[in-house]
Amino acid sequence: MNDNRYQWTHKDLLDISQLSREDVLHILDVAASFQEINQRPVKKVPTLKGKTVILFFVENSTRTKTSFDVAGKRLSADTYSLAKSGSSLNKGESLKDTALTLQAMSPDVIVIRHPSSGAARFLAERLPCGIVNGGDGWHAHPTQALLDSLTLSRHWGTDFNGRVVTILGDIAHSRVARSNVHLLTLLGARVRLCAPRTLLPAGVHNWPAEVVADPDAAVRDSDAVMCLRLQLERQQAGLLPDLTEYSRRYCLTPARLDKARPDALVLHPGPMNRGLEIADAVADGPHSRVLDQVSSGVATRMAVLYLLATRNEGAAAPQHGD
Amino acid sequence: MTLCIKNARHLDAPVDLLVRDGRVLTMTPAGHQPLPEGCEVFEADGLLLMPSFIDVHAHFRDPGYEYKEDVVTGLAAAAHGGFGAVMCMANTRPVNDTAAVTRYMLEKARTAWPHGPRLYPVAAATVGLAGQELAPLGELKDAGCVAVSNDGCPVSSAEMMRRVMEYAADLGMVVMDHCEDPDLARGWVMNEGELSGELGVKGQPAAGEAVQVARDAMLSEYLDIPIHISHVSSALSVDVLRWARARGVKVTAETCPHYLMLDESALRGYNANAKVSPPLRRPEDREALRQAVRDGILGVLSTDHAPHALHEKERTLDEAPKGFTGLDLALPLTWRLVREGIWDEALLHQRWCYGPAEIFGLPCNRFEPGDPADFFLFDPETEWTVSPETLYSKSANTPFLGETMRGRVRHHWCDGVQLF
Repeated sequence: MNDNRYQWTHKDLLDISQLSREDVLHILDVAASFQEINQRPVKKVPTLKGKTVILFFVENSTRTKTSFDVAGKRLSADTYSLAKSGSSLNKGESLKDTALTLQAMSPDVIVIRHPSSGAARFLAERLPCGIVNGGDGWHAHPTQALLDSLTLSRHWGTDFNGRVVTILGDIAHSRVARSNVHLLTLLGARVRLCAPRTLLPAGVHNWPAEVVADPDAAVRDSDAVMCLRLQLERQQAGLLPDLTEYSRRYCLTPARLDKARPDALVLHPGPMNRGLEIADAVADGPHSRVLDQVSSGVATRMAVLYLLATRNEGAAAPQHGD
Repeated sequence: MTLCIKNARHLDAPVDLLVRDGRVLTMTPAGHQPLPEGCEVFEADGLLLMPSFIDVHAHFRDPGYEYKEDVVTGLAAAAHGGFGAVMCMANTRPVNDTAAVTRYMLEKARTAWPHGPRLYPVAAATVGLAGQELAPLGELKDAGCVAVSNDGCPVSSAEMMRRVMEYAADLGMVVMDHCEDPDLARGWVMNEGELSGELGVKGQPAAGEAVQVARDAMLSEYLDIPIHISHVSSALSVDVLRWARARGVKVTAETCPHYLMLDESALRGYNANAKVSPPLRRPEDREALRQAVRDGILGVLSTDHAPHALHEKERTLDEAPKGFTGLDLALPLTWRLVREGIWDEALLHQRWCYGPAEIFGLPCNRFEPGDPADFFLFDPETEWTVSPETLYSKSANTPFLGETMRGRVRHHWCDGVQLF
């Protein structure tokens, strides 16, 4: 963006709903510029030299954590990982005390992944450093939504008006779906949601999205289809009959994808259950942008870390006037 | 010695109240009767004179969880909140399912507050609140329990519930039920609806309460045994109660100030201090409850005073325990409805005092000669801020923390003795 008056003002990135369209376009713009760095032979710039980023992952994650780690290191930030198994949380320490302990190490940014909805906000309300929500319970996963839109924007540009994006799978327990509904809507896309009713959240009919029960109808004429990972414990919780039936009814197969637009893009936040929510032929097929999502992820997280870690620098710059 | 509370306002009329030997002598229009010889005079100066309230539902955490509250601090919060009697629930550690626990509670209350507020323990319905075997209700009644409830560990088996009701009926003890289907939405943290969907947390639909209200009403009708429904939170449950009452079922019910003043939007921002069981519901539910209190479907108000320590509540929403403290705030909160003209003051006396007394067979002060001299003077205009320092409860887990309250109890007498 060329608008020099724009200024990033957020201390934290907790949820897409906190962002304006201008904020989103700025993040995507910065991320696109970092994407170029990732193609260079030497993929490292000194932008965040001396900055400290702590990756505080209370819930298991390989991809998101690695993605933030790579993003931080490419900007020359020092990144440190704290996982639940290696932390005092396993010894009964409260989230509050772990957070205060981390803060005492004076990080610039903490990325938190936590099984409780609201956990990132819990930290943000108590700590002065920047907090990135790396996924909190079923609530939000803003960097995933941003990287999904960055991936789509490489094909569509940043105006999603008139585009139809179908999100297929377990919406109820998906922070990816929640964040994507906010973001895709903000960028002008029409969102369709498709899941068995047992996997739809309460009040979904008031979301800015169309709920379509039949997967074929949901996919029809879509510009993109986003499959969600089915957590196997949903079946054990009695929300589904069995996984074979789920696959038969909801799997994104080549035949089903044929109902979408010919140039439709297929996304999946990973890790994929091949054969369950997405067929091999689709995952590895020409429509799939799953690997683009991974590279977009690094660039998006570079942008977010950059914006949060340098938030106050403009204001703090020394004045040499008069 | 006779005490005269002079120039108090009782239901909008200036009155003088004469008290002797812990009993009401007379209440007469102010200045109409000459004072007896040697009478001690307390100038009330226009403060509101009300009968001490009875809270039919509180948790004093003692024995076992004294870091949250104990009998002494719980009764202090009661006294300063205008309560002359409190029924305390059985989910202590050990559970109040044996006479020894009941006696311990009563002894502690009598030692610390010999004149009141009075403590009325509620017996566990089943041993250890486990829902499997009947608790020794005869022994518990003899020790001083006045009613029966498993409260937060509701009896899920209809068969067991029936046997509890039958056995308690022989003893003249009313069964109180916390209505919650334990399987429907197990693990909920708030009301189920658009907001729980948006916040990404598990919700409980109002049906999770109302199905058990319906079950209890049907058992009550079939057995012809009264039952009391605790802390009703939803319009749907009110509808079920209305249906049952129209059939002549002896079902009584209560709600709490927080359901009358708040709705689920208090959970926005994942505020663990707004997490309570049953959960805060929609604004429509709040309105239906206000109406049901007015028309008597909900004949009782209770606090469901449920103290928790700061470190327990300062967690993520899903991990924080449910419950609010309530004894300190009950009167100023419900007085708001009187101030706004939604209720009148007489209704407050009815729902906080006479209603509970009738259902549970407890003494109360109707300001008739011979009634127990349990009363307080309330200043409806005093403003104060809710904080750990201004609350008498040991805990301050209330969604009203930091808010300004209008109205506070200035002086309280139990048994004719001034507590403060």
